Amino acid sequence: MKGVVGLLLALVVMVFSVAGHAAPLRWASDAEANVPFVFHDPADQSRLTGYEYEIAQAIARRLGRPTQFVQNDWDGLIPGLQRGLYDMVIDGIEITPEHEQGVLFSRPYYMTTERITVRRDQQGLDTLAALHGHVVGTLKDTTAERMLQADPSIRIRSYEEETNAYTDLKNGRLDAVLLDGTIALYYGTPDPDLKLVGEPIGQVAYGVAFAQGNTALRDQVNAALDGMMRDGELHRILARWKLWTPAMAALTGDATTPDIAPDAWDHYRAATAPTTGWRARFDRYVSFLPLLLHGAVLTFAVSACAMVLAVGLGLALALMRRYGPRWLGALATLYVEIVRGTPLLIQILFIFYALPGIGLRLSPFVAGVLALGMNYAAYEAENYRAGLQSVARGQIEAAIALNMTHFQALRFVVVPQAVRMVIPVMTNDFISLLKDSSLVSVITLTELSQTYVRLSSTYYDYFGTGLLIGVAYLLLGLPFVRLARMAEARFHTGRQRRGHI
Amino acid sequence: MARGELVSIIGPSGCGKSTFLRCLNFLEIPDSGTVEIAGVTITRTGGRWTRQEEDAAHRLRAHVGMVFQSFNLFPHRTVLDNVMLAPVQVKRVPADAARAEALALLDKVGLSAMAGRYPDTLSGGQQQRAAIARALAMRPDVMLYDEPTSALDPELAEEVLSVMRTLDDEGMTQLVVTHDMRFARAASDRVVFMDGGEIVEADDPDRLFVDPQDPRTRKFLRSVL
Repeated sequence: MKGVVGLLLALVVMVFSVAGHAAPLRWASDAEANVPFVFHDPADQSRLTGYEYEIAQAIARRLGRPTQFVQNDWDGLIPGLQRGLYDMVIDGIEITPEHEQGVLFSRPYYMTTERITVRRDQQGLDTLAALHGHVVGTLKDTTAERMLQADPSIRIRSYEEETNAYTDLKNGRLDAVLLDGTIALYYGTPDPDLKLVGEPIGQVAYGVAFAQGNTALRDQVNAALDGMMRDGELHRILARWKLWTPAMAALTGDATTPDIAPDAWDHYRAATAPTTGWRARFDRYVSFLPLLLHGAVLTFAVSACAMVLAVGLGLALALMRRYGPRWLGALATLYVEIVRGTPLLIQILFIFYALPGIGLRLSPFVAGVLALGMNYAAYEAENYRAGLQSVARGQIEAAIALNMTHFQALRFVVVPQAVRMVIPVMTNDFISLLKDSSLVSVITLTELSQTYVRLSSTYYDYFGTGLLIGVAYLLLGLPFVRLARMAEARFHTGRQRRGHI
Repeated sequence: MARGELVSIIGPSGCGKSTFLRCLNFLEIPDSGTVEIAGVTITRTGGRWTRQEEDAAHRLRAHVGMVFQSFNLFPHRTVLDNVMLAPVQVKRVPADAARAEALALLDKVGLSAMAGRYPDTLSGGQQQRAAIARALAMRPDVMLYDEPTSALDPELAEEVLSVMRTLDDEGMTQLVVTHDMRFARAASDRVVFMDGGEIVEADDPDRLFVDPQDPRTRKFLRSVL
């Protein structure tokens, strides 16, 4: 007995030491509004869950590697893979010829069909043909979308987030939603206003995506998936999520029907059941607070760092344009024009995804700060230039006559006056920077607005959560407004008293 | 100019008085000519203003204080800070010593009570006296005044002129571009008349005002007196 325990212990130690020393398996998914694939547990927002989350864990276990989850926006998942931000993507990515041109796929780990969801009171929209001439929602760039495109009379609304499609169906903006069975089950059936209709349509297969050429990892993952299908682990995971389908039985050759309770499905339904009464609602909002705080801290950190950069770089640009040699001024002008003339979103994506191409790999936070700061620097530069121009020529002359150098004249006389002049404009810019910082959510940063997307789409509560997030933004902006008021009051003491003479 | 002299420059508007004055401390870069002040000599024969020349001008300005028509006090600093700024930043005088000297200078121009105020809260005469204190804080050998009282009402102008007379009594060398003929005549050791960008004549005020030699001087004095 003692020997067996010792052996087991040794085994455990071995497994752990292997796992501890192996490089972590970095895998990515978009855990925002992504039920039942990978999402934040509605009962505990700090915990990731989802049937694909469990599959990823199982794969890593079989590979003897610890996991490292990387959150990324749906649109950024494949670019991030190609950029080498992570080793693989698991996010219900359909194995299609188009997708295979961009990435390498594992064997399918899941097979499902398309399902039509309509409002409870609707009749007769239960086949693809019946959707003729109707407004139908789906997700962009999916098999379902291509199916709908076969009938030109169908007005397709392609969404980024499935929650938005089902919400629009409930709101009457759509006549039906066509989406994968997994999604339809989790969004269409629990909702008392919606129902799934008709037979399953077509077939889709999900695969794990790797960067082109990463066949080594692909083969390892395939072997792990094989093992999971043979020993029933995949079956057990899917059954717990109520996602085992006849198609899966066909795929795995596993015809058994083990008695497994769909506890993951039950847990999800219980956690997202519509709250009744103010007390329950209040408790739910209180449970949001840690997440809100986290988002607010990130929003604040990104904005504050970007502001510092914008002020410094903006001032340098303005001085270059006003006092620098001609070529330097022209360079600064070029910078300002280019940055002001292109969308901030493009700049953020460019800095994060394109710069690694020339060997510049930046963390999401640094990339976000850099993009926002460099963008706002262009606007600040123009403000400061106007401010510098408004400082009378006589001020510099007086400084020079006092034997200051040009640099001292700028530093002690011109710049301080220009800064005081532009402070009201700067305040405005900073508050709008605070709001524009929401754009960094596209490069995997879960700041305040991304927190809103996550929370509201988890609970279908856009209204209450929206108010909460709005208040959070206002609270963040308030110190800047106060600060600017104080600064203005301080700097303009002289001017305000002028009237009394 | 001799040390301790007070010289006034008069002449019609646009005759180049101010430009001439500003050339003396190189706020304006002259095309050619020589400026010599307190042992620093700069000679220009055209061409670009070079780094070496700027350095020389910097040495020269250490001896020259200047007062402007529009005062040009720094509005974002108190009167005391205006006076202290250059000594502390340019000459690296310790703040305590600079403050003591600045307060003494403000007292001398009658502004001790205004040390903590911002320039905008002062009258024009007070501002110009503060500007004089600011220039004196750099301990110049020569003071240049560019129409120091033109922006002031007569009684305020008198405050400023009396400060300048006090400085004259103490032996300060002063060069004043002015439209105030009464002051030029009463306070100057010599008066220079300029017209069309050149010096027409320079003389003892009593001679120049009573018996000008050049017809242009006569014509100008007839029009202003």
